[in-house]
Amino acid sequence: MIAIVDYGMGNLRSVEKGFLKVGFDARIVSDPVSVDNAKGIVLPGVGAFMDCIKNLTDIKLTDAIIKAIGKGKPFLGICLGLQVLFTESEEFGVCKGLNVFKGRVVRFPKSELKVPHMGWNTLEIKRRPPIFNGIGDKSYFYFVHSFYVVPEDKDIIAGTTDYGVNFTAMVWKDNVFAMQFHPEKSQELGLKILKGFGEFVRKA
Amino acid sequence: MLAKRIIPCLDVKDGRVVKGVSFVNLRDAGDPVENAKFYDKQGADELVFLDITASHEKRNIIIDVVMRTAEEVFMPLTVGGGIKTLDDIRELLKSGCDKVSVNTSAVKDPFFVSRAAERFGSQCIVVAVDAKRVTKEMTYTDDEPWVNEPSLMDVRLQDSDNGLRWAISTHGGRKMKRIDAVKWAKKMEELGAGEILLTSMDRDGTKDGYDIDLTRTIAEAVSIPVIASGGVGNLEHLYEGLVYGKADAALAASIFHYREYTVKEAKEYLMAKGVVVRL
Repeated sequence: MIAIVDYGMGNLRSVEKGFLKVGFDARIVSDPVSVDNAKGIVLPGVGAFMDCIKNLTDIKLTDAIIKAIGKGKPFLGICLGLQVLFTESEEFGVCKGLNVFKGRVVRFPKSELKVPHMGWNTLEIKRRPPIFNGIGDKSYFYFVHSFYVVPEDKDIIAGTTDYGVNFTAMVWKDNVFAMQFHPEKSQELGLKILKGFGEFVRKA
Repeated sequence: MLAKRIIPCLDVKDGRVVKGVSFVNLRDAGDPVENAKFYDKQGADELVFLDITASHEKRNIIIDVVMRTAEEVFMPLTVGGGIKTLDDIRELLKSGCDKVSVNTSAVKDPFFVSRAAERFGSQCIVVAVDAKRVTKEMTYTDDEPWVNEPSLMDVRLQDSDNGLRWAISTHGGRKMKRIDAVKWAKKMEELGAGEILLTSMDRDGTKDGYDIDLTRTIAEAVSIPVIASGGVGNLEHLYEGLVYGKADAALAASIFHYREYTVKEAKEYLMAKGVVVRL
């Protein structure tokens, strides 16, 4: 079973229905035991970094998530679920993240470009993760965010996107796949990623 | 590069798409879900459901529509119309929509926008600005409870304002407000709106094209994305709104609904003219 972590942020139903659509059993959960029992974990979410960390802490999920990742359980982070993996964010002062990866979450610099970065943009694949079957380089995915991650270890970068700056749109290390865009909102190609993750979980 | 978005809009009343026409391709032309699937196949970038259900008792119907749509279609979905409380927003987001669009509730209480943005995040709060060119003959309904609130005084239309001005309207254009559309859009951004859905009430339904002056003025005034709406009659109008109007997205209802053009045709046209679109 794939556990979709519910911590009160954003639209989870599309993630759940997306997995069902491609033939995988995924359930929305919000307690550490369900996270422990799951074969794979999805951390979705949009909104504010601080609220995300606070809500995860409130329902005692931060340790469960860090532990599951440490044990090698397949993990898929989406949008905020990518950002909270890092050391800290500059959103509302400085806010500590889960520190699974060393690095910072920073805001798009002031420019003539609109923030949030909202809409469809292309992903340049730097390293192809095993969950990316049938997805061409420079395919369009749906983004909505004002902050992006800057990993210290450049080797974890799996994909980048241009929006005034060339930012990290996807990281991949071992069992951890995390992306700034929303596969559950990226039509057919997005569903292929969910399917790829489901298959990865099945084989794990 | 970020693509300009093409967004079909569906008017939904009591759970059914209005402007119903019989189409061979659809099993049920009045079913919003069937229409959403149809636009999904054509490569629409997002969908907007405008709920024009009048009765508050029937509000739960749109929730059901959103739930059924979210099971079939995996793209951003916005719902507007009749949203009055934070609970209304929560219910819609939980049922599978990504953004809500508010107009009348924001005009009634501008801080509703900040409370909604704080609770759900700016990215899901779209403020719909329905704007009309100011004329000497225009009559206004000044019934906002905050009409004397000092921190909001700067959005009022001033008699001393010269040149081209737009006032905003609520209740689907039935009430005009003594509020400057450009200043209002900036205020909404300041209070936490993540996007502006800008409709020209002068052009809506005319098929004469977007109000380009209005669109460009607001797109340049705010630093959040602007969706142009109101008046599209052909594909050139989409181009004008995105290029001359500097909108980030173009919304249209009837040209897609009446199958005058498909979303794909619209994008092919725009791409041929050098606009970055997702095909």
